[in-house]
Amino acid sequence: MSEALPPFQRFLDAHRDVVWRFLVSAVGPAEADDCFQETFIAALRAYPRLRGARERHNLRAWVLTIAHRKSLDAHRARARRALPVEDPVQLERGAAPAREPLDGELWSAVGELPARQRSAVVLRYVADLPHRDIAAAIGCSEEAARRSLHEGLTKLRGTVRA
Amino acid sequence: MSNTTNAGDGLETALRRGGEKPERALREQASAAARRLAARIAGEGLADVSYAWLDSPFGPLLAASTRHGLVRLAFPEEDADAVLAALARRLSPRIVEAGVALEPARRELEEYFEGRRRSFELALDWALIGAFARRVLGVTYRIPYGGVLNYAQVAAGAGSPRASRAAGNALGANPLPIVIPCHRVLRAGGALGGYAGGPERKRWLLELEGALQGRPGR
Repeated sequence: MSEALPPFQRFLDAHRDVVWRFLVSAVGPAEADDCFQETFIAALRAYPRLRGARERHNLRAWVLTIAHRKSLDAHRARARRALPVEDPVQLERGAAPAREPLDGELWSAVGELPARQRSAVVLRYVADLPHRDIAAAIGCSEEAARRSLHEGLTKLRGTVRA
Repeated sequence: MSNTTNAGDGLETALRRGGEKPERALREQASAAARRLAARIAGEGLADVSYAWLDSPFGPLLAASTRHGLVRLAFPEEDADAVLAALARRLSPRIVEAGVALEPARRELEEYFEGRRRSFELALDWALIGAFARRVLGVTYRIPYGGVLNYAQVAAGAGSPRASRAAGNALGANPLPIVIPCHRVLRAGGALGGYAGGPERKRWLLELEGALQGRPGR
């Protein structure tokens, strides 16, 4: 018999900070709450059926995978809403959210990264996931995940004065 | 070269700091979002088990309910994590903290402890109680306020007159103490007998109900 799942409330308590951190970085504070609710509601629905040994072993990677997908949904929805905007520059930046400044230059720079790089950076450094789990979360090969991470860091070095 | 490396280290350290020790404001936002989530889960009936701590003269009681009713009441000494883990294993891991679902239990227990309530009307879920224990606790549930039975009488009422020891075990494992009044079952001769919540509490409850008057002390 595989290891029992903890009560959902324990799972929520253990991972809420990291999911919130990820979502604030990924979609901005204004939309973080919606994404947070949707992430954990989806997790709750799937929770008792969670059978895969890997998911059970790493619940944090699993919930961040869901959060990553929800953040992409939010960006897509925003891009659709942004379509009527005529300014081609804004249209071009449709994926980059118009949002209040985040907590500090660094995190707003993270927020400006392309989706995959942003998720790779946040999952690596905020969630402390190994490359294998980052790849699983964003749905790419491990090598592609390493590359996204590298590109994201390079871009951040260009923007943020260390 | 060394410059780039240092800048990189600084950047990576700064990123890590965001993950390891999120600022207090951020943790507070996350905590508020989690509370909104729990309220929504309870409101939409998405949880299989809801729990809350209820005040009592014994200290905070951990109370858990399902869609069917109150399923577990735990004394303060019981390890809450162990109680919740057992509920996750035996019922469902979809467990959230949501006071609103425990409101009927909170209200009725408060009235009971204040001496204003003599019988409980809240719905109970007997899911944690096995077949034999269900007969024993069913008999116990019908002992009126202020009344008592002994173990042999309860065993007989459950249809197993020779099983008073097994009846005692079923009473000792009662997942819904106070509400299913196992404190009203005494030893033959009137001695208090055991109680999962401790003999002082058994005595306290019986005194609250006026069941010890005219009985020998002990």
